[in-house]
Amino acid sequence: MAVKPLTDTEFYKKQTRLALRNCGVIDPESIEEYFAVDGYQALAKALTQLTPEQVIQIMKDSGLRGRGGGGFPTGLKWSFTAANTADQKYVVCNADEGDPGAFMDRSVLEGDPHAIVEAMAICGYATGAAVGYIYVRAEYPIAVKRLEIAIAAAKARGLLGKNIFGSGFDFELHIRLGAGAFVCGEETALMTSIEGNRGEPRPRPPYPAVKGLFGKPTTENNVETFANVPQIILRGAEPFAAMGTEKSKGSKVFALGGNIKNTGLVEIPMGTKLREVIEEIGGGIPNGHTFKAVQTGGPSGGCIPAAYMDIEIDYDNLSAIGCMIGSGGMIVMDDSKCMVDIARFFLDFTVDESCGKCSPCRIGTKRMLEILDKIIAGNGTLEDVDKLEELAYHIKENSLCGLGQTAPNPVLATLRFFRDEYIAHVTEHRCPAGVCKAMLTYKIDPEKCIGCTLCARVCPTGAINGTVKQPHVIDPEKCIKCGACETACKKVHAVYRA
Amino acid sequence: MTTLAELNAAKDAALAKMTKTGGGQEITRVVVGLATCGIAAGATPVLKAFEEAAQAAELSNVRVLQTGCIGMCQFEPIAEITAPGQPKVTYVNMTAEKVKEVVEKHLKGGSVIEEYTVGAVTD
Ligand SMILES: Cc1cc2nc3c(=O)[nH]c(=O)nc-3n(C[C@H](O)[C@H](O)[C@H](O)COP(=O)(O)O)c2cc1C
Repeated sequence: MAVKPLTDTEFYKKQTRLALRNCGVIDPESIEEYFAVDGYQALAKALTQLTPEQVIQIMKDSGLRGRGGGGFPTGLKWSFTAANTADQKYVVCNADEGDPGAFMDRSVLEGDPHAIVEAMAICGYATGAAVGYIYVRAEYPIAVKRLEIAIAAAKARGLLGKNIFGSGFDFELHIRLGAGAFVCGEETALMTSIEGNRGEPRPRPPYPAVKGLFGKPTTENNVETFANVPQIILRGAEPFAAMGTEKSKGSKVFALGGNIKNTGLVEIPMGTKLREVIEEIGGGIPNGHTFKAVQTGGPSGGCIPAAYMDIEIDYDNLSAIGCMIGSGGMIVMDDSKCMVDIARFFLDFTVDESCGKCSPCRIGTKRMLEILDKIIAGNGTLEDVDKLEELAYHIKENSLCGLGQTAPNPVLATLRFFRDEYIAHVTEHRCPAGVCKAMLTYKIDPEKCIGCTLCARVCPTGAINGTVKQPHVIDPEKCIKCGACETACKKVHAVYRA
Repeated sequence: MTTLAELNAAKDAALAKMTKTGGGQEITRVVVGLATCGIAAGATPVLKAFEEAAQAAELSNVRVLQTGCIGMCQFEPIAEITAPGQPKVTYVNMTAEKVKEVVEKHLKGGSVIEEYTVGAVTD
């Protein structure tokens, strides 16, 4: 009898688990299980066999780039902090994970918390920092609990604290809870928040490596970035550098969701084709729909349309088409989605989350949202589309932090690839996907209607008239376009959108 | 712990503990995915059911543990069983009811319930 192993499913076959290697394998609340999978061996190696400079060199050679969205080379970042002398330096782990639909970092923290503890200690040693902070959102109580257990266990074993492995290196780790503001994921706002202040960004430069947390040199990395560190130190830079593309090494975790058959956590080598992710790992688009685009990078990112199905996913290929890998959210959209509506969704999010400190972001994104609302209401003009685009570039250039600098991206990306949809909205007052309510009417096909009365019974406003076994009619004056009739008519398909 | 030797000793001890019981029996490992996603899908009662059933059946060689996200959201709760010398078996869409059957047939009887495994729901 052959029972199919998990690793033989289409979903798993093309995956390579580096950052997620222990997730779903060990008990995250047991330090012993972490020992069993070479836990803390990398820290021991770093402290007893390598100089801080050698650790940094290995990180540089590995080619690891930040997984929090920016893609900045990790070894280089560490070397900047190391180069600054100060009485105190810090290591900060960004576990704020604010992108809607993203849960990569949460999974790492919940499944392998010791890897983060170990990596932060290694970073502390390499950069000359004796104190670390993990900034994790309060909405992740299980991650927080497992981190607390991990820190306590590491302390009890002498893997945190004074004179670790007899090397003279001291390192302590603290957890700080974030209240879930998106802007607090931005590195300078995050540090301001740890300091006990309102989470607002500060101008860069000075960069955190020079003047970071409490004004001291600070290295700030994302959870997934740190999750890759212990293995790179333990096995050397080569295995990691051997995977991926020329400028994007290793693997990347994505949270695959949306209109796709297999949803879940997916870790793929850099350079994997989008088509492989959608059609093979994801199992394709369900319910007879076709692929339209995939949104990556959340509210700071863009979308990749079907024409780029064969793009090899890495930092540079995606930014070349005005998109980004981002932190790893990957939301698949089928042909029933309106791209103007999608852009509005993300902009609505950034308007909500703008901290208000700088006016391009605070006011500019709001104005963009108003224009989008006008277009969606069917009142837009071609000039509005131009104005939208112009404003988008102004906001990108003039905002204080990454939030505002990237907020227009979903609009710009959809304008780039789906401009025809915007044009249809403003010139024909038509939503091609049939999503924008103001521009559509629900109708009943008298040829198809069998007069079952189902639609009339579910209609919340009594807008549907007709007698049993006779074709029904929708009164457009009363119809609120909720779509309940269409759902009710799913067997006969007499209700349609026009 | 202050030396690499001590760390290596801790690793060996942990590995031994993961594979053999105190009495020298080889361990069958049952892990249930208890990340936020699994818990939301009902993994906690599944874990509990495994623990209780293993205890009731006095399966001293069975170790039931929680683990992190196994990765396939739509098939949570997921439980994986690794018996000595056997490939890992992945059970999906688990419930406390199914656990009883799995304990009876798989853990006690040694035969996999194929229709509950990931192979039965994927192609
Ligand atoms: C608005 C905004 C939100 C961000 N949110 C996150 C986040 O949730 N997690 C994260 O790791 N990085 C986030 N970043 C990126 C961080 O500022 C920073 O670049 C990153 O954490 C650096 O780590 P890395 O080099 O390891 O990627 C955000 C940036 C911006 C502008």
